[in-house]
Amino acid sequence: MKKVLALILAVIMMVSLLAGCAAPQPASTNTETQTTTTEQKPEAKKKFAFIFKNTGNPYGEKQMDGFKTAIEELGGEAILKAPDQPTAEAQIQMIEELIAQKVDCIALTGNDPDALQPALKKAMDAGIKVLSADSAVNAQSRMVHVNQADPERIGRVEVQAVVEMIGGSGEIAVLSATSQATNQNTWIEWMKKELEDPKYKDVKLVKVAYGDDLRDKSVSETEALLKSYPNLKGIIAPTTVGIAAAGKVLTDKGLKGKVQLTGLGLPSEMAEYIESGVCPWMYLWNPIDVGYLTGYAAFALVEGKITGKVGDKFNAGKLGDKEVIADGDGTQIMLGDPFKFDAKNIGEWKSVY
Amino acid sequence: MAEKVLNKSFNSINIAKFRELGLLGFILLLSIMVQLRNSSFMTLENIDDMITNTAILSILSVGMMLVIVTRGIDLSIGATLALSGMISALTVKANPDLHPLFAILLGTLIGMACGALIGLVIAKTGVPPIIATLGMMNVFRGLTFMISGGKWVSAHQMSVSFKGIATSSIFGINTLIFIAIVIYVVFYYFINHTRTGRQIYAVGSNPESAKISGINNEKILCLVYTIMGALAGLAGVLWVSKFASAQGDTAMGFELNVIAACVLGGVNIAGGSGKISGIVLGALLLGILNNALPLINVSPFWQMAIQGGIILIAVITNALVKRSVDRNNLIWRKI
Repeated sequence: MKKVLALILAVIMMVSLLAGCAAPQPASTNTETQTTTTEQKPEAKKKFAFIFKNTGNPYGEKQMDGFKTAIEELGGEAILKAPDQPTAEAQIQMIEELIAQKVDCIALTGNDPDALQPALKKAMDAGIKVLSADSAVNAQSRMVHVNQADPERIGRVEVQAVVEMIGGSGEIAVLSATSQATNQNTWIEWMKKELEDPKYKDVKLVKVAYGDDLRDKSVSETEALLKSYPNLKGIIAPTTVGIAAAGKVLTDKGLKGKVQLTGLGLPSEMAEYIESGVCPWMYLWNPIDVGYLTGYAAFALVEGKITGKVGDKFNAGKLGDKEVIADGDGTQIMLGDPFKFDAKNIGEWKSVY
Repeated sequence: MAEKVLNKSFNSINIAKFRELGLLGFILLLSIMVQLRNSSFMTLENIDDMITNTAILSILSVGMMLVIVTRGIDLSIGATLALSGMISALTVKANPDLHPLFAILLGTLIGMACGALIGLVIAKTGVPPIIATLGMMNVFRGLTFMISGGKWVSAHQMSVSFKGIATSSIFGINTLIFIAIVIYVVFYYFINHTRTGRQIYAVGSNPESAKISGINNEKILCLVYTIMGALAGLAGVLWVSKFASAQGDTAMGFELNVIAACVLGGVNIAGGSGKISGIVLGALLLGILNNALPLINVSPFWQMAIQGGIILIAVITNALVKRSVDRNNLIWRKI
């Protein structure tokens, strides 16, 4: 009897100790939600994990919501995780934890294209299906990648937009995130390819500046662009902190209409500047759909319907049929064209995300 | 005897003056070099932008100087700034008609509470400041995410008057700069001409003798962290108003810039010394670096390396100057 009592007390102590450890930083370490859905089958539900870049990012939360919805529709269990800092090290730790938990599938948005390779290889060797979404990891460390919108279309569409805004000729600049950001660098490559077209002979890309997704640095970089290139007519900022910071600078300096702004940004962050006309329109994909498509792709991988080969086809619920296509060394699944936000539709989207 | 003492104090004053002149000279040299590469650097507009962008950093440097003078350090100010900024932004979002002064007051009070908590922990339990503030940094950052639910407060959710704090001007000077100047004047008087102000230095240069001479060390420690917190809270409101957006990760890592500004300004990291005029120059140098590096078209990889290199040079100069002051003092004693 004493032994049992001691055991119970020990367990209680352990639990309270663990709870105590977690208490000081509940939101910052990682947000983990375990979702259980009612299912008739008696055997254990398949576990699908999703690791986002970092916590506290409304965009990431929408993506995780979409993933959860898809997995719940399919009758699986979704595990949503995100580190408090957007580093590869933090994600590696989470991958190790998930391998130990024996999940069936890990989907993640990579904080680094190469650094996660050993951890993800280990996961695949353990029989776990691995796919990246939104921000890709290299082809060796994943089975397939789910891309938000075609990077080629994003790059080209943004150049077409800014050229239309500035009236076909003049100097333009790009305000990006960090100089190593995988997504932004791919889009910028496509922007440069689009600008090679002879019809843009009067448009000159003068500089690619990096605001590191920090408010203060993005503001300094925008101000530096305006001063270094007094004839600047347009800025493309393919990152939400960058485009909002540029919008704020252009508003404060009264440059609405003189310097045009477009790019990719969150509707809620940009509503102010789109409504005021500083940014006539901008683009983004629907993060809920990215997460949703990732959920269906993850399920198809686990069920063995697809293996990540080029030409594999599967049904992605409300998004219809999707096909796996080539992407450099690896393969990917595309969501489609970026979605346009302008003064007409921003009102309904600003409250969504 | 009197002459010797006079000579000695004259000598150290001279060197302290020289050190600031050296920093000033360095700033001028840097400005000339940048100006040669990009002629828009020395325009009125750019200087205005630069000082406005540096105002928040310089406000925080004052508090950090007081903390470092007492042999402490505060790593939690970035998180305190984010917390107070987020709470005031959420308050403004819920009550758009709120007077901006109330938002500033609210933010300052939140920061003050955060700072007082840290001060109590450090003074009463004797936990090393770097550990205590590291812990509180995570607590405040976590609280910010919890209160905001991971969501951002965006420009369209803030009232015009709130966003106007950072863009309006008082007597022709931008409000941010005006607030920074007021803080500098008040603290210059406080640390040089009030008893409590001088006690801060006494505690920093020799805690034991300060205690024996009747200074309440615990009270002074509490006070400096509370002041730091209040300034961080104020800076949080100004930050959110300036960038018209409150995020959970606002000003992540900003504490290191503030510490760098203090070290650049000649505040001794081992405590006991530091001057307002020094940190003005330190903050200004960092402001110039942040403003000028994008202007001179160097690769982003070099920007960080250059910034780090300049900070290192300043710290080495500080050590060398200090060593020569000590050596000179010994020579005087021999005579």
